[in-house]
Amino acid sequence: MKLQRIAALTKKELKKTIREPAVLFMIFLFPVIFVFAFGASFGGVGGNQTVTYHIGVVNMDHGSSVNASQTFLTALIDTKIINVHSYADNQTAQNDLTQGNVQAVMIIPSGFSQSLVSYQAAPNNPAQWINTTISLYLDKGSLVATQAIPPIIQQTLTAIAGQNQQTPSPFQVQTASLVEVKTSPALDFIAPGMFTFASIFLIMMVAQSFTQDKENGMMKRIRITPTTPTEFMTSQVISYMSIALIQAALVFAMTYALGFRPNVGLSAYVLAFTLVMIFSVSNVGFGLITATISKSAGAATGLSFLFVMPQLFLGTFVGASLSSGAQVAGKFVPSYYVTNALTSLFLRGADITSPAILLDFVVVSVSCVTILAVGIALYAKYYEV
Amino acid sequence: MNEHSVTIEHLGKKYQDVTALDDLTLKVAKGELFGLLGPNGAGKTTTINILCGLVKPTTGTGNVCGYDVVKESGQVKDLISVCIQETAIYPFLTGAENVELFGNLYAMDKAELKARRNMLLAKMGLAEDANRRAGKYSGGMKRRLSLILALINNPQIAFLDEPTVVMDPQSRHAVWDFLKEMKKEEKTIILTTHQMDEAEELCDRVGIIDHGKLIALGTPKELIAENQVNNLEEVFLKMTGRNIREEA
Repeated sequence: MKLQRIAALTKKELKKTIREPAVLFMIFLFPVIFVFAFGASFGGVGGNQTVTYHIGVVNMDHGSSVNASQTFLTALIDTKIINVHSYADNQTAQNDLTQGNVQAVMIIPSGFSQSLVSYQAAPNNPAQWINTTISLYLDKGSLVATQAIPPIIQQTLTAIAGQNQQTPSPFQVQTASLVEVKTSPALDFIAPGMFTFASIFLIMMVAQSFTQDKENGMMKRIRITPTTPTEFMTSQVISYMSIALIQAALVFAMTYALGFRPNVGLSAYVLAFTLVMIFSVSNVGFGLITATISKSAGAATGLSFLFVMPQLFLGTFVGASLSSGAQVAGKFVPSYYVTNALTSLFLRGADITSPAILLDFVVVSVSCVTILAVGIALYAKYYEV
Repeated sequence: MNEHSVTIEHLGKKYQDVTALDDLTLKVAKGELFGLLGPNGAGKTTTINILCGLVKPTTGTGNVCGYDVVKESGQVKDLISVCIQETAIYPFLTGAENVELFGNLYAMDKAELKARRNMLLAKMGLAEDANRRAGKYSGGMKRRLSLILALINNPQIAFLDEPTVVMDPQSRHAVWDFLKEMKKEEKTIILTTHQMDEAEELCDRVGIIDHGKLIALGTPKELIAENQVNNLEEVFLKMTGRNIREEA
């Protein structure tokens, strides 16, 4: 393997990114503009603004000597970002949710207090617990609310139970989160997904690049030289990882300008940028798969959305507003794990060596390398002169 | 080193039920400028694609400087260069940057690359436009740049697939002059063309291919004399009953 060839091809790819207006726009300007527009619309420019979420509560937890549900609701109100509206029945609450008067409806089950008592009596013996499930209905039209409300509720539950982050809980809420309660700008909740979002459009760029090179004979021309497939693919991976790094830096600068200030150390940033770079490898793989099935650069642009859309909708900040089924499907796309890891790092305050982060890191690494390998294999197999 | 630069024996290539090349046997000597003539679709490009390792033959063998083109394609690629039929250049790079890129792909020494780049750009009349984006070049300039990319590595054997197509007469003659210089340096050149005047002007020998088969082989003068005609175009017409510029 000759570094001279890899360096020359990498330099060429980076020049293409900078010099071709369409590529420059799609790779760098579009994510930055999108982050600004989305962040300004949903996040509150300036960083000091906080939002308040309106939650309808149907409290069915009556008749117990320990009124744990009231303690829970008081704790929620004390966060200063939750405004609780009480409802006598679920139907009325659901009506208000449908009309957008509240952003979520929470049903506290009748056994809630008993559940807390059972937990406090035997915190280390789950067999003794009385498990309860809090039903949470979210406003699917409120992207930010769906991202923000479940972790706040879960965290508050964790706090009133006196649990730490690693222990199991008798309370079930669909979205588990162990964040520290704080008043956060809405931007904070969507910023991790924005980092992932920017890189996804590399799929389209890679697919177009390979298809164009095939169409205009450049791929044939390079294959005639002594350049090996390994040298060529190494240059592509280095190029797109570099581009992903620049994208992440630009997105971070934009979110920072909009007020995103995660309270984390340098190591968390290093890990976050590393994750985004590794994630870009899967986008090269998906781009190659797209190039394999595309007859022209135009077709590649369209077909790339077969991979762009699932990654975008199931794995970034958009995903939380989708159905539970779609959220389960999200677990089959790498972007979900990148966003999840970044959320854990930036919002939940998870340590970089925590099991959750390490698991996401392993899943992202293995899946991305696998997708790249599949992309290379398919492209090589079906490449025709 | 084999006494012949290129040896082709019973070479055949089928694409599903289409026969692109049919039992082609041919030898090209070192330092020879050999013309492969024929209409579009005759099998010229398929022959070159096989010899440079891009396409595997269905039958037969190809040998370049003693190396089998299928089993030893890595060694073959170090010795050859190909000017493909497409005008393949990177439009977002300057002319000089395109040349440097391909010089680096051949792992050329930096000083040697710079010297050869400057020489080729000057010979092909592109020195003044070397720092302009190649996408802004005229069709003829792009074609000349494409030829430079193929020759940057100073190859032992050059496969030139329709190198002067779409070139203006001045550019064509500049390319002809350069090919004659290469020949003086004992470089082997295999030139495909359907421009008979080009073949008559440049080639030591020509092989005429039609429907994938070699139908004539010899020097231009021999073929013209044998067929009692005035030029190679008439040779092709006499042998096939068709004009060479008609589709096969």
